[in-house]
Amino acid sequence: MRDRPVIYGGLAVFLAVITLPFWRGIESGVTTKGPELARPATARQCVASTEFMKSSHMLLLMEMRDQAVRSGDPWYVGAGHGTYTISLTGTCLEQCHGSKTEFCDRCHDYAGVAPGCWSCHLDAGHSTGSLTAMRSSR
Amino acid sequence: MNLSRKAFLRVSCFSLLGAAMRKTAAAFGSTFSRKVQWGMAVDIRKCARRPECTACIDVCDQAHNVPRVPDKRHEVRWIWKDTPEHAFEGEDFRYSSIAKLPVMLMCNHCDDPPCVRVCPTQATWKREDGIVAMDWHRCIGCRYCMAACPYESRSFNWVDPRPYIKTANPEFPTRTKGVVEKCTFCVERISQGREPACVEACPEKALIFGNVMDANSEIRRMLSSRDHVTRKPELGTGPNVFYLL
Amino acid sequence: MFLVEKALTGSKSYWRWMLILAAVIATGFVFYLRQLDYGLGITGLNRDVTWGLYIAQFTFFVGVAASAVMVVLPYYLHNFKVFAKITILGEFLAIAAVTMCMLFIFADMGQPARVLNVLLYPTLHSMMFWDMVSLAGYLLLNAVIAWATLTAERNGTAPARWVKPVILLSIPWAVSIHTVTAFLYAGLPGRPLWLTAVLAPRFLASAFASGPALLILLCLLIARVTKTQAPRESIQKIAVIVTYAMVANVFLILMEFFTALYSGVPEHREPFQYMFTGLEGHARLTPWMWTSVILAAISLVLLIVPRYRTNPRLLPIACGIVFVSLWIDKGIGLIVAGFVPSPLGVVPDYVPTLPEVLIVAGIWGVGMFILTVFYKIVIAIRPEPFAGHAGA
Ligand code: HEC
Ligand code: HEC
Repeated sequence: MRDRPVIYGGLAVFLAVITLPFWRGIESGVTTKGPELARPATARQCVASTEFMKSSHMLLLMEMRDQAVRSGDPWYVGAGHGTYTISLTGTCLEQCHGSKTEFCDRCHDYAGVAPGCWSCHLDAGHSTGSLTAMRSSR
Repeated sequence: MNLSRKAFLRVSCFSLLGAAMRKTAAAFGSTFSRKVQWGMAVDIRKCARRPECTACIDVCDQAHNVPRVPDKRHEVRWIWKDTPEHAFEGEDFRYSSIAKLPVMLMCNHCDDPPCVRVCPTQATWKREDGIVAMDWHRCIGCRYCMAACPYESRSFNWVDPRPYIKTANPEFPTRTKGVVEKCTFCVERISQGREPACVEACPEKALIFGNVMDANSEIRRMLSSRDHVTRKPELGTGPNVFYLL
Repeated sequence: MFLVEKALTGSKSYWRWMLILAAVIATGFVFYLRQLDYGLGITGLNRDVTWGLYIAQFTFFVGVAASAVMVVLPYYLHNFKVFAKITILGEFLAIAAVTMCMLFIFADMGQPARVLNVLLYPTLHSMMFWDMVSLAGYLLLNAVIAWATLTAERNGTAPARWVKPVILLSIPWAVSIHTVTAFLYAGLPGRPLWLTAVLAPRFLASAFASGPALLILLCLLIARVTKTQAPRESIQKIAVIVTYAMVANVFLILMEFFTALYSGVPEHREPFQYMFTGLEGHARLTPWMWTSVILAAISLVLLIVPRYRTNPRLLPIACGIVFVSLWIDKGIGLIVAGFVPSPLGVVPDYVPTLPEVLIVAGIWGVGMFILTVFYKIVIAIRPEPFAGHAGA
């Protein structure tokens, strides 16, 4: 039975690994209540319903992105027939949702997703400040 | 939809074949049916009136958040100034009156761009209006386009560009390490009906922008009245940046 | 998977060797993580020389992978029985080499996380797309073939009927991977050194010399380590293949020299000048290129003269020389010099950095690791692996 420590050691490591997400959740203060979101900044009208945005905003963003970049058409007609200039920083953040940290990040941190958009796209609040500082804050 | 296996195979084979044929057609001589081809004429002598001027470079770099990387080996450039010897490599300008004049270089937005031909993801492609565009979301950073471009118009982000951007323009995203970039003839301005930033900024009006497919455009009138050259025409790329002598 | 257990038992020196490889791989991996974080600026690559050691090594190892065909083809098409026991070694060498190729490509990418874009947006006019497809296909073919023939051998049965057509398919496929790799370069308008129809034939010739030379060295090494010999006849036959391929390769290179130097066209002449005499004071490649040339000359003497080629002490030397010579020529010179002078007429410099070299070493480590495991399995399955005519 000389391998007993190995077995128990391995078991402990295994348990630690599979419960890792749980511990990380506790560490980042996840609750079942969900994140507190800042209200949209200045826009009166919405691109789409809240329900749709909650479930599918990433798909909408991809669609807008392809329309703006690949089709060269930077105007998007929203659900309320308002027309928006497609711009992640200028429209989504500055005009509609305010700051990235208060809105997108709060929910993403909660959901454990980290979209890579911000290594290129600028955060409205930080755009004129030091970019080097933004680097570390994702 | 209810497809039998055979029908499915048939459909997918045909659609693949169709896509292949479209792609091949696009790869060869795609200019024949083009109605718009944006192009630029650079008046070398006008430009040379201000040898120290960098207005076009500055405004472009500012508008597109082009980093000023101090290490020349990692330099990123969209529009830049070079000698005729470099600009027209292979030509002999030793005894010419333009031998010492600066020449503005940028992407040639070729008729048949080798960079587009080689790009494995269509991250760079030729738009309907002839602009060789970039999709920075798709670029995998393989740098095949840089090996293919005979004008060195493309730059790679060898390092994170952000520390080298002094004041960022919030209207345009920066890039990140690991993607290629280049002049886009300011697609973001063209979609708003404006001229490229460099053209607007030039104090000597030495840059003339327009549709070279339109015989009545200013650029075409300029080209028909003045002698001009393009860079390395012998390679068959069909540059759309013209240099007025 | 199925035979891995054979690789999990071994002597002390086997484990020591694997440990060393693991350390090399780990070092490479650590530096790769640094490259991911910092960007490719960590390498010696720059805006003028945009491809360097990674892509050059990739090119060289595509050749090694393709060369498996030189033992597979005689055995399966010409029923050349002498190679019966050796084809599997060639196939495993191909698997290890293709894996290395993929890792080199990966190491060279600026946005490796987006690699799937190549398949999501298949671009038929891009040679890079075809290269990826052909390499992946080749890996798959060889994996299937090696696994099927090896399990059949372990069970003492003949391989299943479907294996033969797959093997036959792998023969033209091998030629295609290196042809397509040459097309990566040979179709670019602004790079005169590569813009030559001889590039693909030259790639194949150098591949069929360097790969089999490596295979001979590996067979001799196995003989040393495991005290079991490959049939002397098969080694000698491969040596003949190496000889012909090396002669063809040198001939094709001389053709390139003639056209570039005699025509005197600057853009064709200058890359050769850069390689062999230096250009505008830049001469970093010249010692390497001359080493390659001199080694190639020596190897030709050792290979062509039958008395030397059949000498068991000289043959490994000749093979080593062939390998090193071609490694320099293709694994450094050809790719780097293709960027010199730049399209604007600038003569740039490129010197690989330490992290870059260590990442390359790590990938070599992966290749050797895979190869060791596979060869271990083969040897374990065949107690007398190359039994036939024992003794060299
Ligand atoms: C490698 C840098 C980079 C990354 C990463 C990136 N983008 Fe972009 N994106 C750009 C650039 C540059 C443009 C401007 C292109 C143009 O105008 O031609 C752009 C344009 C866009 C646009 C349209 C115009 C604008 O300014 O907003 C949308 C929408 C967009 N990106 C969405 C996204 C989303 C969503 C993500 C993350 C999933 C993302 N991008 C990640 C570089 C990037
Ligand atoms: C109510 C919560 C919530 C808010 C607010 C939110 N997101 Fe998300 N977002 C998510 C979730 C959850 C996902 C992951 C969905 C998935 O992976 O299927 C996601 C995914 C994404 C993705 C795709 C990421 C990937 O890797 O696929 C992008 C892009 C994105 N969000 C952009 C934004 C932007 C920009 C904002 C702010 C303007 C924002 N989101 C605000 C919940 C939110």
